[in-house]
Amino acid sequence: MGFVVGIWESLDPMLQYVILSTFKILIVTVGVILTVAFSTYFERKVIGGMQARVGPNRVGPMGLGQPFADVIKLLIKEIVVPTASNKFLFVIAPLLSLIPALATWAVMPLHPGFVIADINAGLLYVLALTSVGVYGVILAGWATNSKYALLGAMRSAAQIVAYEIAMGFALVGVLMAAGSLNLGDIIAKQEGGVSNWFLVWLFPLFIVYWVSGVAETNRAPFDVAEGESEIVAGFHVEYSGVAFALFFLAEYANMVLISGMTAIFFLGGWASPFEGWTFLNGIPVLSFLTEPGFHWLFAKICFFMYSFFWFRATFPRYRYDQIMRLGWKVFIPVTIIWIAVEAVAAWANVGPWA
Amino acid sequence: MAEIQSYTLNFGPQHPAAHGVLRLVLELDGETIQKADPHVGLLHRATEKLAESKPFSQSIGYMDRLDYVSMMCNEHGYVLAIEKLLGIEVPERAQYIRVMFDEITRILNHLMWLGAHGLDIGAMTMFLYCFREREDLMDCYEAVSGTRMHATYYRPGGVYRDLPDTMPKYKESRFRSKKELDAMNATREGTLLDFIEAFTDKFPGCVDEYETLLTDNRIWKQRTVNIGVVTPERAMNLGFSGPMLRGSGVAWDLRKKQPYEVYDRMDFDIPVGVNGDCYDRYLVRVEEMRQSNRIVRQCVEWLRENPGPVMLDDRKITVPTRVEMKDDMESLIHHFKLFTEGYCVPEGEAYAAVEHPKGEFGVYLVSDGANKPYRVKIRAPGFAHLSAMSEMVEGHMLADVVAVIGTQDIVFGEVDR
Repeated sequence: MGFVVGIWESLDPMLQYVILSTFKILIVTVGVILTVAFSTYFERKVIGGMQARVGPNRVGPMGLGQPFADVIKLLIKEIVVPTASNKFLFVIAPLLSLIPALATWAVMPLHPGFVIADINAGLLYVLALTSVGVYGVILAGWATNSKYALLGAMRSAAQIVAYEIAMGFALVGVLMAAGSLNLGDIIAKQEGGVSNWFLVWLFPLFIVYWVSGVAETNRAPFDVAEGESEIVAGFHVEYSGVAFALFFLAEYANMVLISGMTAIFFLGGWASPFEGWTFLNGIPVLSFLTEPGFHWLFAKICFFMYSFFWFRATFPRYRYDQIMRLGWKVFIPVTIIWIAVEAVAAWANVGPWA
Repeated sequence: MAEIQSYTLNFGPQHPAAHGVLRLVLELDGETIQKADPHVGLLHRATEKLAESKPFSQSIGYMDRLDYVSMMCNEHGYVLAIEKLLGIEVPERAQYIRVMFDEITRILNHLMWLGAHGLDIGAMTMFLYCFREREDLMDCYEAVSGTRMHATYYRPGGVYRDLPDTMPKYKESRFRSKKELDAMNATREGTLLDFIEAFTDKFPGCVDEYETLLTDNRIWKQRTVNIGVVTPERAMNLGFSGPMLRGSGVAWDLRKKQPYEVYDRMDFDIPVGVNGDCYDRYLVRVEEMRQSNRIVRQCVEWLRENPGPVMLDDRKITVPTRVEMKDDMESLIHHFKLFTEGYCVPEGEAYAAVEHPKGEFGVYLVSDGANKPYRVKIRAPGFAHLSAMSEMVEGHMLADVVAVIGTQDIVFGEVDR
């Protein structure tokens, strides 16, 4: 052990930093991909339960091997590239949608003190990267050279523009409340129990952000870009094998991301809801309840993921123009009004931002 | 000025919402439909011509395959037409059984419709809920005819056999515990009638469940209210029938207006819509399921108390039982003759129509006195409905096309025949 520490300390600090960061990146990326794999399993079990059926139960114990079976199946399938497509863009599009979905995790504070890149403009970085993700969808739809895919891309573009604005405005509210663009600071501002969470004071913004997040990830009831029964599979209608798997991975990574973001911005990220309940500290097993940590972030992400699946099993799909109406005529005014309310409250020194 | 070209989209025949093999050529302005041109014939199987080349009773099976989600109702129309030509009267018990199975079929069809319509609009869970109840009704089909779909149960002169005293049961399996198995078989211990009665007890609760998910759902309303509006006059001019016509507010139902079998003794109501949009048609069909449930219930009560023959006792038309056939020479001859040559039907023509779950299903038969029909013409309700497709979707958006296909309850088996 001492030998390893010796080698480590003999290294150049820059090299140490690079190795450490690479290691962190690996942990987070593998963690995200595993979460995605098991969230497909989770989704199928949850929806199965809601739909009076059992879900996957054949591969491995309780069907837990199903995600891996699916991945292997997709890996050995042929990638069919349509003749009339723009081959370069067709191949690069899935990557364009996956890379931002994974890269955003760089600024996510996962545990007190654990974040790959602790940058001050974290919130701007998040906004920028989530907007880039849509290029993958639009390019996929366009490069495929299919009418269904083009319709999907068109819908997706319009939808993302509308909801990106609502999301941005909702985050302006968070920014005003926290007084910082750094995600770690935003969480720090929310410490001290549920009453300090932005959820309480920014409730309308929370709803807007969360619903826009569902729309942004193209999930039901806003899944018009895929719209199974209307435009078959929308932008990824011609994708197969690994190329399709990448889109799938990107969609789920985005879902986990949006869940994490909502948890960080409104539910205090890794902060514990029982903070300050000192009597719990006396009980040895339950002390983790009051401690902040990754387990709380994970629990919150799981809750939001569950809601994603819950919506999918419950709601019919919106029509494309109705989504637009909801975005432009309901969400954007709501956020603007609440930002005004917040500004007045801040000016009058009421609320947590006082 | 540049000429603006509309976007032509080929919708189907392989499309998840095409309900089989519908091919629609859509002309779009953005996402707004300018024209919808349905192409039919991809499932054409020449049923009418086939029926003309076979003895009368051998075509009953083809009728099942017309509208393959409401099998027995198709048989009913065809069998009624033959009976009309032959001038025979069906035993009362057989009439009750037919009415009961017509209504079971109506529930089957409407469940399939509700599930598919829900799925088209994105309410995925509806589909599985509906199929859960459909499974029970399929088992009724299985109990009485031996098959789950293409029953060939109605025969000229009655029904193939009396209701069975046992129900098919679920078997043990590695994935089912004893407790689960017993729960699944709980209502299957008694006769078919017990099983159907238990079903009618629980079914209104199931319909309530469906309605909780959809009826007051804002998204569902946004997607169906004022979509595909048809005025009552237009509906009549277009030859609509069944729920499509009633959804527009015309109280026309053959079960009330021209009662056949024992419908005149049944107590039930005809739901009628007001606006003629997809939402009204949805409400009409959901209410029809409740009414069908009432009728089934009344039939079960009557059938319990009134045993009797279910087949006409006329060996020139109906086959003897297997037991008779085995020990009676004359029965054997009848059996052989009826299953090879069939019977000759007096010269003439007849039109018989039933209130099929989708509308008026009619069979027009012409006989020249031979053992085969000279001409069979089937009036399929879906064909008339599909013809109105363009009119119903013009000016709506692409997503509404799917809602309209769903509301028309199209099944290509009967449209293409």
